[in-house]
Amino acid sequence: MSSPPLLDIRNLTVEFATRRGTVQAVKAIDVSVGKGQTVAIVGESGSGKSVTSYAVVRILDRAGKVAEGSISFSGVDLVAASEAQMRDLRGREISMIFQNPRAALNPIRKVGKQIEDVLLQHVQATRATAREKAIEALEKVKIARPQERYDAYPFELSGGMCQRVVIALALACQPQLLIADEPTTGLDVTTQKAVMDLIVELTRERGMSTILITHDLGLAAAYCDKVVVMEKGRVVETADAKEIFRNPQHPYTRKLMKATPRVGSSLTDLLPDDQPKRSAPAKTAAALATASEPPLLIVENLVKEYPRPVTGSFLAKLIGKGEPEKPAFRAVDGIGFTVRRGETLGLVGESGCGKSTTSMMVNRLLDPTSGRIVFDGQDIGAIPARQFATSAFRRRIQMVFQDPTDSLNPRFTAERAIVDPILRMGKIRGRDALRARCEELAQLVGLPIELIDRFPHQLSGGQKARVGIARAIALDPDLVILDEPTAALDVSVQAVVLNLLEELKQRLGMSYIFVSHDLNVVRLLCDRVIVMKTGQIVEQGTAEEVLGAPRAEYTKELLNAIPHPPL
Amino acid sequence: MNDMSQPPVAADGAQPLRFEAPPSTSLIAHARHIVAENPVTGFAFALFALILLAAVFGPWIVPYDPLASNTSVALHGPSAAHWFGTDQLGRDIFSRVIVATRLDFSIAVASVALVFLLGGLAGVMAGFFGGWVDTVVGRIADTIMAFPLFVLAMGIVAALGNTVTNIVIATAIINFPLYARVARAEANVRRDAGFVQAARLSGNSEWRLLLTQIVPNIMPIMAVQMSLTMGYAILNAAGLSFIGLGVRPPTPEWGIMVAEGASFIVSGEWWVAFFPGLALMTAVFCFNLLGDGVRDLVDPQRRN
Repeated sequence: MSSPPLLDIRNLTVEFATRRGTVQAVKAIDVSVGKGQTVAIVGESGSGKSVTSYAVVRILDRAGKVAEGSISFSGVDLVAASEAQMRDLRGREISMIFQNPRAALNPIRKVGKQIEDVLLQHVQATRATAREKAIEALEKVKIARPQERYDAYPFELSGGMCQRVVIALALACQPQLLIADEPTTGLDVTTQKAVMDLIVELTRERGMSTILITHDLGLAAAYCDKVVVMEKGRVVETADAKEIFRNPQHPYTRKLMKATPRVGSSLTDLLPDDQPKRSAPAKTAAALATASEPPLLIVENLVKEYPRPVTGSFLAKLIGKGEPEKPAFRAVDGIGFTVRRGETLGLVGESGCGKSTTSMMVNRLLDPTSGRIVFDGQDIGAIPARQFATSAFRRRIQMVFQDPTDSLNPRFTAERAIVDPILRMGKIRGRDALRARCEELAQLVGLPIELIDRFPHQLSGGQKARVGIARAIALDPDLVILDEPTAALDVSVQAVVLNLLEELKQRLGMSYIFVSHDLNVVRLLCDRVIVMKTGQIVEQGTAEEVLGAPRAEYTKELLNAIPHPPL
Repeated sequence: MNDMSQPPVAADGAQPLRFEAPPSTSLIAHARHIVAENPVTGFAFALFALILLAAVFGPWIVPYDPLASNTSVALHGPSAAHWFGTDQLGRDIFSRVIVATRLDFSIAVASVALVFLLGGLAGVMAGFFGGWVDTVVGRIADTIMAFPLFVLAMGIVAALGNTVTNIVIATAIINFPLYARVARAEANVRRDAGFVQAARLSGNSEWRLLLTQIVPNIMPIMAVQMSLTMGYAILNAAGLSFIGLGVRPPTPEWGIMVAEGASFIVSGEWWVAFFPGLALMTAVFCFNLLGDGVRDLVDPQRRN
């Protein structure tokens, strides 16, 4: 490229003042973005990828400052620019999209008005033309019926719709550079595809440059020209997107690529080469061996209904004579499936499909409206959720939660969290015996024993996930429900945790219900898969069948939406 | 396993940056950090230590007997012998102000402890169980809030009888809605938190969940609440005494002393009311500042 880059970051170092002295979050990095180029900055949490972008638009928090280096944006030195200059640049020349679209919108202002505000502020429209231009902007981000949506409040729109509005806001002033910080994390995979396609289409159309900050190599590969890989504040590799996947140079890049699940990889493939490999577990063997036995869990015709808000006049509501507007909302609509001993069943679907509601009913934290949940020959659905804690079945059905941080009591040490189920339902008594069992469990899940006296905030995400797993298996349950157990983890940690889960299953002879939206992970871990949509089962079968040769349209759509790194 | 060698950085994508967590932070080291960052907090803690000292050792360190009258020195202004001057009966105001600390402080501590137990528990139950418990606690709080609070306190003391115990009870009752509402809100947001669900799966009964999962996690917020209401409780107790309810003369108590001194202000003997008033103001001021300090000390956001 002969013309000077639009954005040129040279030798940038960002420091944060903390109690234990200054910490360098970004260390002497060089990144350049050419006109019309789409550049991905890829890295795991703590790699400094977001901090880099904050430094560009100068929105670092008070403790952070650019210690060294230069950032030039079409000739302007952004490090030295005055705050007034920056304010003018932000929005007009450089704009940003953040992870949570709902948080980026004012909840009590109509989305059309919010777009107008930006247009008026940057003199892109006059009072007379604002409405028209705002609707035009909504049209551009492919929001159906923009005339009506103009009057919608953010809470009336879905997450994907909100992100489109945010994109419309970001692009309203025709900026030259768009910084998208994890724009699709937390969105469903089909929505992710739609949003990413839109961003790329709009920016190409206008000749804009884009920086996409993401942890997802697949996303970077599918949508970007150039990839910058960051690790612990340093840029370890910068290369052409096609080149980097074909021929990664840096060991960290290779490790990241390896850890990203893809079609055709097995669980042990995800681990770095220097890890001791266990023999690849024969997934279906365990399930086949017990095919003749009665299933561990039979779910029949399970329904969960939530009443709709009552309508009618205020007076009618007051005396309880209001009429429900429509029949009750069915979150789970008459589904049935079985789980055999030693089997992993995948429960797949997008948000709102009822998979979480189903898992909450099976683990008896939620009462079904109707239907049977037969566990080891007994209908446990008949035991009310409130009384299930004292039931003998409680210890046999456990769960690993999605967010390892949220699922640990901040006031309990790791040991106290792990032994909690033993204290309530186990037979082990006495301080020393409990400690011994806790150490045994810690060893089983690969948690260093010296860490079990720590509190959750002193542990890393992967370590917290291990504590959650140790707690779930403390009483040797028969069935463990895994609710997106790796969704909050970095991909290299996810690789380790997935292998751990598979190994534990084999060793302890448990069955899993694996709830997830990530089909690549489901493919790795599950024997059979159920695909759910709007409370119903769309397709079920073995993992090979459903994910290899899907029959239902919806499954195909899901599979097509996953961004794949080129092999 | 490979992720063990890494420093403990949180892996949640929401937090863009998190630095290495300390292996363990002692409360004292943390307190020193807070004080260094905000000297006002240090000042509040020093003031609090002074009040505590006066409350515990007051009767032994004062130069005069707070009840001994000596009409030969009645209504003398501040001097080397009587730092805060003397009142109409020639009692040493400095001694009386110091000795009164214990009584005012005790009333405040007792009433705050009482309302913390009752209001806190009621609020936590309302927030955690919801349903009719929530309705009942909510309506009780609404009913109390419907009264002008000081008038309600007057009414309670007048009805129950003029004793220190009843001042404590009245102060506790008027603070009830504040505690119940804070505790309810905090319990409510944690009701369906992951760790509570996890504890439910571990076979904990609902009551045990309440006591082991919810209560310890809202204690920091309640501690802040307590130190903020301490000042209000002292003011309320002094106010009741000022209008002649509760503590009776000649017991040294700030409110009574201000009331007794009020009539002398017009004739120029300002010190009789001024110094007890100053003590009262200092105490309230101290507890309000302390609330901010306690919040800094226990807020996990600031404790990274």
